[in-house]
Amino acid sequence: MRVAVIQFPGSNADWDALHAARDVAKADARYVFHKESELGETDAVIVPGGFSFGDYLRPGAIAGYSPIVPALKRFAERGGPILGICNGFQILAEIGLLPGALTRNAHLRFECRDVHLRVEGRGPFTDTLAEGSVIRVPIAHADGRFHCDAETLETLEKNGRIAFRYCHPDGRLPESPTERGTDGLPINPNGSIADIAGIYDERGNVLGMMPHPERASESILGSADGLGLFESLGAHLRKGAA
Amino acid sequence: MKAKVYVTLKTEVLDPQGDAVRRALHALGHDDVKKVRVGKLVEIDLDGDDRAKAETELQEMCAKLLANPVIEDFRFELE
Repeated sequence: MRVAVIQFPGSNADWDALHAARDVAKADARYVFHKESELGETDAVIVPGGFSFGDYLRPGAIAGYSPIVPALKRFAERGGPILGICNGFQILAEIGLLPGALTRNAHLRFECRDVHLRVEGRGPFTDTLAEGSVIRVPIAHADGRFHCDAETLETLEKNGRIAFRYCHPDGRLPESPTERGTDGLPINPNGSIADIAGIYDERGNVLGMMPHPERASESILGSADGLGLFESLGAHLRKGAA
Repeated sequence: MKAKVYVTLKTEVLDPQGDAVRRALHALGHDDVKKVRVGKLVEIDLDGDDRAKAETELQEMCAKLLANPVIEDFRFELE
């Protein structure tokens, strides 16, 4: 599989994404600079984490007008799989490829730690992960509180577009937005509505998530659970080619 | 021409920064502070003197970049 990783000024998980895709998932992965106007030949795109343009104005706001964005939108419209991680999720929401917005963490802290996610929505990045299974991946953000209006939330719920929710290690959802785990830290790390950690777009090929699966792609990193998303993508692409 | 653009969180969006400022104001003894919302002020200098054109432009700048309509409201003043 061929994977393009978009690089913006201020991206800082671009190398992590390239490493996970190329060295661990054995994909043919390369960078595409944000000033390019074409993605080139690729099967999937990763919009990586970081602080593009220093998070000036709002996280992802300025990156949303980079020259590469129209090509990204065309790729999404053709059904191309796109994974936006952390700042990548913020960018995809800013450009309207995903609904809602990522706002300041409810408790104002920058959260940098592992969290547990319950796998729910089906799509290219989650199809081979068992529905209801739990994966452990890290987060590193201050603006990860997903917000959307009630109508959008209902649509996401009804159409199975919520890919991941923050949960206890055993998969239970927190009973309140502030419920803490046995380590004393909030299960929902940012106050996201409905404990949402990641969502798919309406077409089902664009996934945005605040946690970093690429930073949990091999056991030396403490968890290899995130590799499942890359394996799922590989299986999705092979199915499409068959 | 000088413009001032005010960007504020929609009323239904939680503003943790505003809450933190409110608590700090209480700590300073301002117990009468009921609610604080933190927003942004963007000052823009524009070439030309066509007010109608400037207003149309400002509207577009706000809708496309300066505010995120999902979570924010905006208004502007042209001097």
